[in-house]
Amino acid sequence: MVIIGAIASAIGIALGLWINWFPADAAKQAAPIDTLYDVLMIVSVPIFVGVVTVILYSVWAFRMRPGQELQDGAPIHGNTRLEVVWTAIPAIILVSLSSYAYTVLRDIEKVHRNELVVKVTGEQFAWTYTYPQAGGKPISSTQLYLPEDRPVRFDIRSKDVIHDFWVPAFRMKIDAVPGITTHVRVTPTVRGTYQVVCAELCGLGHATMRSTAYVVTPTAFRAWLAKQGQPPAPANAGAGKPLGKADLAALGKTTFTGDAGCASCHTLADAGSTGTTGPDLDTVLKGKDDAFIRTSIVDPNAVIAKGYSANLMPQSFGQSLSKQQLDGLVAYLATVSK
Amino acid sequence: MTAKLRGPGWYRAALFAVLGLAFAWVLVGVVRTAMHFDNTWDDGTAITTVALIAVPLFILVGLGCFDYWFYWAAGRPTRPEDHSSHGATSWRSYFRVNTDHKVIGIQYVCTSVFFLFVGGLIAMLMRAELAQPGMQFVDTATFNGLFSVHAALLIFLFVIPVFAGLANFVIPLMIGAPDMAFPRLNALSFWMLPLAGTMMLSSFLAPGGAFATGWTAYAPLSTDVPLGQLFFTVGVQLAGASSIATALNFLVTIITMRAPGMSFFRMPLLVWANFSTSLLVVIATPFIAASQFFVLLDRALGFQFFDAFVGAGRDGSVLMYQHVFWFYSHPAVYIMMLPGFGIISEVLSVKARKPIFGYRMMAFSLIAIVVLGFTVWAHHMFVSGMQSWVRIPMMITTAIIAVPTGIKIFSWLATLWRGVLHVDTPMLFGLGFLATFTLGGISGVMLAMIPFDIHVSDTYFIVAHIHYVLFGGSLFTIFAGIYYWFPKMTGRMYDERLGKLHFWATFIFFNLTFGPMHVIGIQGMPRRVADYADQFAAMNLAITIASFLLGLSMLVFLYNMVASWRGGPRAAANPWRAMTLEWQVSSPPPIFNFDNVPTVVGGPYEYGVPGAVHGIFQSPTEAVPAGAGASGPTSE
Repeated sequence: MVIIGAIASAIGIALGLWINWFPADAAKQAAPIDTLYDVLMIVSVPIFVGVVTVILYSVWAFRMRPGQELQDGAPIHGNTRLEVVWTAIPAIILVSLSSYAYTVLRDIEKVHRNELVVKVTGEQFAWTYTYPQAGGKPISSTQLYLPEDRPVRFDIRSKDVIHDFWVPAFRMKIDAVPGITTHVRVTPTVRGTYQVVCAELCGLGHATMRSTAYVVTPTAFRAWLAKQGQPPAPANAGAGKPLGKADLAALGKTTFTGDAGCASCHTLADAGSTGTTGPDLDTVLKGKDDAFIRTSIVDPNAVIAKGYSANLMPQSFGQSLSKQQLDGLVAYLATVSK
Repeated sequence: MTAKLRGPGWYRAALFAVLGLAFAWVLVGVVRTAMHFDNTWDDGTAITTVALIAVPLFILVGLGCFDYWFYWAAGRPTRPEDHSSHGATSWRSYFRVNTDHKVIGIQYVCTSVFFLFVGGLIAMLMRAELAQPGMQFVDTATFNGLFSVHAALLIFLFVIPVFAGLANFVIPLMIGAPDMAFPRLNALSFWMLPLAGTMMLSSFLAPGGAFATGWTAYAPLSTDVPLGQLFFTVGVQLAGASSIATALNFLVTIITMRAPGMSFFRMPLLVWANFSTSLLVVIATPFIAASQFFVLLDRALGFQFFDAFVGAGRDGSVLMYQHVFWFYSHPAVYIMMLPGFGIISEVLSVKARKPIFGYRMMAFSLIAIVVLGFTVWAHHMFVSGMQSWVRIPMMITTAIIAVPTGIKIFSWLATLWRGVLHVDTPMLFGLGFLATFTLGGISGVMLAMIPFDIHVSDTYFIVAHIHYVLFGGSLFTIFAGIYYWFPKMTGRMYDERLGKLHFWATFIFFNLTFGPMHVIGIQGMPRRVADYADQFAAMNLAITIASFLLGLSMLVFLYNMVASWRGGPRAAANPWRAMTLEWQVSSPPPIFNFDNVPTVVGGPYEYGVPGAVHGIFQSPTEAVPAGAGASGPTSE
């Protein structure tokens, strides 16, 4: 029985270590956590296999044979030495594991100098990332750009209910809590595109509260920041002469699919979006004028589509979108919903 | 007709329900008039809020739960206490207020099994939606409602009360008592449950849909969402009040009504388990009541416990909700597990024909879990943003609480050793429990490790863990208990072949349903989502198929129970040759349990000890001294 148990444990551990259970590994914090998991597997599998082996062996060896219907087992009431052993050994294992986990925790939450600070704001149902600029206006984006190999501190806030900022590839997450600022530290190490997920139930659009994290080279990151820092080109042009209708609509489409995040909740055939949290814009905007569309963006509670409830859509687009973007959205939606 | 409306029963309850509604309408109208508010007589939200509290109380009065106390308080003659209402004469008796603990026990079990099937059907709707990425059957509002109602029903209307129901039937018999200490309170506790369950289910009819904030109902989401949320807020109060009253009843019954000779260390472990559980319930349950009252006050009266964005100091505290909530809801995990530990101790000892290994350590580890259970709540909040040092002590206590649990697992294994194992349905569920619960316990220790928890918190890994603990743990023990005491409760034998089929189907499809969830959780699929990334599609489809087969296996159980109760072979008084007192009376037991008060002369699990006896039906003076080996359960 001991041999069978040992063989089964070895197979179990090998499987546990060999299969890669985790998503992509894109941050310094991932490796220690994955190793902790491996250690937990090495300790857990023999315990589980041991319990199952004893059960199966007992059923095989001690099950009632014909003729034993009225027999009883051996009247064993206990064994103090055995009980001390199975109290002490698990206690030692558990305290050791906790100590190890504590050192891993210290490691992954270490404070670095030269941290890049990114402010993350959660709201129903979108993330906004703000990069404070020394002496300048902070830069905001709905996409998360991070330079490779530089420690990042995320300062996380919420505008309404609790959200949870999580990038599975980084392994780290923390709630966005109304009223307080929470922090999480990550050092991205591998360039690539990763998903940002809201992990705390935040309402109807919870499942679609996603955005994308891009880990890029430091040079590319600086270039991206500089581009974001400049006022968008159309706005410059707009200072002089108004944009043509086609240009406005083009800007609106970018806003719809990108910055404003409309596409994550609304279906719109022209933009190729299929969100179902909010009403299907192909239907509800049919034949509506510009004024209606503008009001619906700025004050979403003014008219509520049938089957949807109030307060579902953020009421902050009046502030967060530039005038140009808003005009663009209205023009774009008016064009495609005709 | 007038007599029917005046006497306690369903007609009067219906009348009182209408009166309750009228009361709510008038009260709201009068207050709003006096305060010069708008919508004086037609503010639906305010009327619903008051009605949710008033109508259940009016129905309870109508059913007759309070009749005795009202008569007594008014100084009018109470009905003579001849126990004429004891016992069930036909199936109709189960639909009336009855003070017999055996009737109440069966009422409890049947009601909660009803909610088990409702909750299971809701789960299958969810799995249907999750079979493929994208939205197919329901919208997100409905989906969030489905998983919230699923969890709320199965926790508050199934696992917690079904244990109270089994214990209600078994405990007084086990300790040699004629009934519970407070039979009328017992009836009241039961009748609150169907009302709480009906309320939670009817939230689907509320404007804006059912409560959709999970069973955790985190503020400020729960103070924000439509009216359906209130059906949970108030429903939990009813279920909680029922649970507290029952726990008090168990404590008093166990402390004061044990048969002569039954010292604490001669009590069966099921009695120990329910004693520990009841301690947890009376200490912890007021905290969830408080958390939901805060939400109610925030919603109904505009208090600002959890609103961080209004008030002079913007001083609502969002994290306070979670601390108060988990201070109940972590012990609640043990409330949902300790009675199961008791059932397993009974089943394993009897079916292995051996004394329970390490009886005293089994009892002490229950008490250790009760104490430690109050020191671990913040492990649910490792990523909540609370002050970070608190995580460390909570990690250590969470790891340490696995020690008493481990003692129990190892002692059960040792109980099997060198026994004569009767591997029938209750035993199969007991053995299956040992395997699945060990896995759930191990994933619990993994979750205690903060760095790992940071990654898998709020993912399907959590869903897998909680189902290994509550389904593979609690539900398996519940099945073991239902099959084990079925002959005693109904006087009939269940069908062993169908029972085994039920076990194997449940065991296999349970593991196929919840096992893969560990994997998709680690891979990064968050829980409580109606839609998910395409990479998880194959795994989710497999889970959905397994879950439907799991659902089908429950039909085997249902058929077996119904058919066997109606026409199964008559059960003998003691078909398992068990020593505990409930098996020493007829099946089903006589109306007043014992014709002679039993005297306990030895431990409850002295199988294999020559001449050992647990209880005798003679007065202590006539009792023959027990055999040498029967002096105490720990003697070698």
